[in-house]
Amino acid sequence: MIELERVTKAYGGRRVVDELSLTVPEGAFCVLLGPSGCGKSTTLRMINRLVPFDSGVIRVGGEDVRRLPPEALRRRIGYAIQSVGLFPHWRVEDNIATVPRLLGWSRQRVRNRVAELLQLFRLDPDTYRGKYPHQLSGGEQQRVGVARALAADPDLLLMDEPFAAVDPIARAALQGEMLRIQRQTQKTVVFVTHDIDEALRLASVIAVLDQGRLVQCGTPVEIIERPASGFVAEFVGGETSGLKLLGLLTVAERMRPGEAAEGEPLPSESSLRDALAAMVARRADRLPVVDPSGRPLGAIMLADLVR
Amino acid sequence: MKERAVSRAGAWSALQLLGSPVLWVAALFFALLIGMPVLRPLFQWAFPGVTPPVFERTTFLALWLSHAGIVAAASAAAAVIGIGLAVFATRPAGRDFRPLINALAMVGQTFPPAAVLALAVPALGFGPRPTLVALFFYGLLPIIENALAGIETVPAATRDAAEGMGLSAWQILRDVELPLAMPAILAGVRLSVTIAIGTATIGSTVGALTLGTPIFDGLAANKLPFVIQGAVLVALFAILTDMIFARLERRLRVVPANASPA
Repeated sequence: MIELERVTKAYGGRRVVDELSLTVPEGAFCVLLGPSGCGKSTTLRMINRLVPFDSGVIRVGGEDVRRLPPEALRRRIGYAIQSVGLFPHWRVEDNIATVPRLLGWSRQRVRNRVAELLQLFRLDPDTYRGKYPHQLSGGEQQRVGVARALAADPDLLLMDEPFAAVDPIARAALQGEMLRIQRQTQKTVVFVTHDIDEALRLASVIAVLDQGRLVQCGTPVEIIERPASGFVAEFVGGETSGLKLLGLLTVAERMRPGEAAEGEPLPSESSLRDALAAMVARRADRLPVVDPSGRPLGAIMLADLVR
Repeated sequence: MKERAVSRAGAWSALQLLGSPVLWVAALFFALLIGMPVLRPLFQWAFPGVTPPVFERTTFLALWLSHAGIVAAASAAAAVIGIGLAVFATRPAGRDFRPLINALAMVGQTFPPAAVLALAVPALGFGPRPTLVALFFYGLLPIIENALAGIETVPAATRDAAEGMGLSAWQILRDVELPLAMPAILAGVRLSVTIAIGTATIGSTVGALTLGTPIFDGLAANKLPFVIQGAVLVALFAILTDMIFARLERRLRVVPANASPA
């Protein structure tokens, strides 16, 4: 879906993005992860040409991004940023409708799309469509911002640390929404963050950047189990990366089918970290496991967590 | 937080109308404008020996119409050019010209309007034209300064989001920057117009018909009532205009002043 081939961007003599090559498959949730100044935001903004790049090629959907006029390119790509950037003088409805209107959609189609998106983000359309941004909470503003990015139904969504400025509870909720929506709509997402936990939770593939270079590209489990360098190992939590790994694996993957155990059962789709937490809390080293409908499946033991 | 986001169509009940200060000031102003001769006995009593007690070379109404016309023309020109220059100075192409534009506005304000008048007369003759020129330069600074400030307070995130969504530069200016800068721009125009109303009086020294004519006539002929009549009318006109602008500002305000940026 997106191909970056040896893309370079320099300010003065300093390379902010250095011969970066990356492929993002269609339908992937690709997280660009790295410390401040590693070039992840710059890379994101080169995809929709907000930042011009010096050399290399970037293709979206097979097409060289420099071949289209920038406005046309951007209207086909959703863009959501940390500070949201909602237009304060427009109501929620008009904010969301921005790109559809630019594309000449009919009034009814726009109206329906706004309602559909508000419902997707669990905001009641009748209550929210007429509100102004200053009347919304931070979490609601960010939801509207992402809804606005999705309004024209783009295949690609670019997100630049969108949840960083929101309180942790709202952030967790937004991450959950984002996962749900991406799974439902199968859109390709490129998501910038410096938060390793956010990356592990959301990504299907993580691209770790350092000083403008791609250091490692892989699934969350790969990044933790086989970090390509000391830098990556440190970044994913060093000594604590084991606990993060537990958060990525499910009980279903490690349980023993058919066995029995006492106590309140764990859902099979819960993470190994939840299992560990339950075991510690109940002082038990084995717990029963059930499927989503409550049917008993087996048991999981403490030893299974470190197999 | 008080909700001040209201729709543009605000309905005015008859009671509101009656309590409106704008209406009372307007009524007073127009009453004096047209009915000044009615106060003849008052001025006669206050200033015995001055004839005539009320300025009567021209009607005050005619003076006001001419005065208002000069102010309107000069302010309209200053608004168009001033806002245009401010927009230019905030574009990538015009950024280098910003200090120059600032300087121009500054000179326009500090150069005494009377001097501008004196310099303009040989070129443009007597009457309203040199007055227009003087008012134009004098009114540029508030408009340019306020427009610049207004455009620059548009949050960078808003502009970035607009650009990232695919709005063209012109669309961003028209749909995002100017509407958000409008309160500041309007404040600048309001200031410029109000000052111009007072400054326009000096046009009478070069033969323009303004509400300053009775003032200067009165000073020259030592007839104090003329001065008072002219000055009171100018002051009321300025106050009334300022109040109307304030109303306009309030009605156009969509985002409360103390709202946090989205």
